[in-house]
Amino acid sequence: MHGRGLNIILGVYVALIFTFVFAPIFFSLVFSFNSQRFPTIPLGEFSTEWYAKILSDPDIWQAVRNSVIVSTTTAILATTLGFCTAYTDFRYNFRFKGPYLALILLPPTIPLIIMALAMLAWLSRLGLSGQLWSIIMAHSVLTAPFAMAIIRLRLHQMDPDLEAAAWNLGGTEWQAMRHVIVPFCMPAIISSLCLTAAVSFDEFAVAWFVSGLNKTVPIVILEIVQGNIDPQVNAIGTFVFLTSISLVVAAQVIFISRQIKSHS
Amino acid sequence: MSTKHKIDLYALTWRLPIILWQLIFFVGPVVFMIAISFFVVKNYRMTEAFEFVNWQRMLTRGYFWDSYWYTLFIASLSAAIAMMLAFPAAWALAFRASENLRRWAVFLLIIPFFTSYLVRTFSWYVILAESGVLNAMLGYVGLGPFKMLNTHFGTVVGYLTLTLPLAVILQTVTMANIDKTLVEAARNLGCKPLSTIWRVVLPLSKTGFVVTALFCFILAFGDFVAPFYLGGSQEPTLPILILDTTKSGQQWPRAAVVAIMMMLTLFAVAFTAIMLAYRKPKGAR
Repeated sequence: MHGRGLNIILGVYVALIFTFVFAPIFFSLVFSFNSQRFPTIPLGEFSTEWYAKILSDPDIWQAVRNSVIVSTTTAILATTLGFCTAYTDFRYNFRFKGPYLALILLPPTIPLIIMALAMLAWLSRLGLSGQLWSIIMAHSVLTAPFAMAIIRLRLHQMDPDLEAAAWNLGGTEWQAMRHVIVPFCMPAIISSLCLTAAVSFDEFAVAWFVSGLNKTVPIVILEIVQGNIDPQVNAIGTFVFLTSISLVVAAQVIFISRQIKSHS
Repeated sequence: MSTKHKIDLYALTWRLPIILWQLIFFVGPVVFMIAISFFVVKNYRMTEAFEFVNWQRMLTRGYFWDSYWYTLFIASLSAAIAMMLAFPAAWALAFRASENLRRWAVFLLIIPFFTSYLVRTFSWYVILAESGVLNAMLGYVGLGPFKMLNTHFGTVVGYLTLTLPLAVILQTVTMANIDKTLVEAARNLGCKPLSTIWRVVLPLSKTGFVVTALFCFILAFGDFVAPFYLGGSQEPTLPILILDTTKSGQQWPRAAVVAIMMMLTLFAVAFTAIMLAYRKPKGAR
């Protein structure tokens, strides 16, 4: 049961699991260049028809603009909120700290469809629904915990004496924040901007409920998919994947490379 | 640092933003959703009230409970399948792979988590279709075609797209953190490999595994995309029920009832799971 034989079997098994995980991404990419209306194998001819179609569609360009605005603003808001909370958790102990942390960390444990309904009802009540910033508000709540987690992880690597040393050298708390804490957290802040932007860029349930007529890219995909099989989705999908994969990879590379540096 | 009685402006600057933000945009919505479950809809308009009519309507209907038990069943089933499928891979990555390889594997598995679930689901739709990729492949070896879309199988494949990468990551991290000397000790004392997994590895990873299963369950329980597009929504799950009730009927109060029932169920499941995870094994001091 031990030795090479087992290793080979396990290796094949791990490869199968990865195949399952990456098959949809792979086929989406392949089919986006495939001429068939209903894609299957053997493949049809190579074609950029679907790309031409989406690139000439003004609705899709509008959706891309909306998505860029939403995900960028969300990333900045969520990272700011996450930074404040992570620093508070790092620096202070106070009564009700448990509930305080629960307040920021709970939202991702609630199914998105429930958050979508709750946000829709609440924002309509406040007269804030049906706008692009309705999505931004909702997304910042959903993504702030990720920002908080990443930045908290970074602060965990910081020697608390570093801040105290800055005070002892005559710096105010604000100066210590500006010259010690923020620079130290910079890789985490950039990672967090990338990751929260990626999450916001792909989120469709809440966005679909609260956005009214302002469509983001995932909402456009949702609407196309509801209609019928349309390989345009694969072409849009390729762009979406490229965007989010670059954001995620950038986030990881920035965060991990710094970690390795600070360990050596 | 300032004294006890003076207001510490610096501390408040960092502490207050999230409190205010989450009160307005997180606690507010959730509390309001509970409130509207008691509102009434008259002439397609929601009016404030405190009546139990929505609760009564939903909880006495057969279709609600059918949907409830189906959702609970299919989400638990797919969480169990994700856990079992992930285990051999996670075990291999934790015990057989080099640290470098393991880091790469986790790195790769994080990627799908942040990429469009919708596009991946659509891709599965094309792969699993009657004349799709999988059936075409099976056709070459003389099998099929099988009906995979609009079945429970389709739903579970969709759920696994969501949960399997997470299950592998969390299981791998859990097992990689086990003290390896304990595993070696068991082996040296003559414990068979499978028996080592059962009596040493699994008990040591209990907390991590229960939390992993819980996450898989939560993700599947709340997802409407897989049962809708791949399962054909012939048996609507609770999220689909919320979607239909909100989008088509303007019946927000009834949708809120379904949402609250879902949340209560999740709390109950999470509470049970966490109790299980932290319960000390028999005989432990």
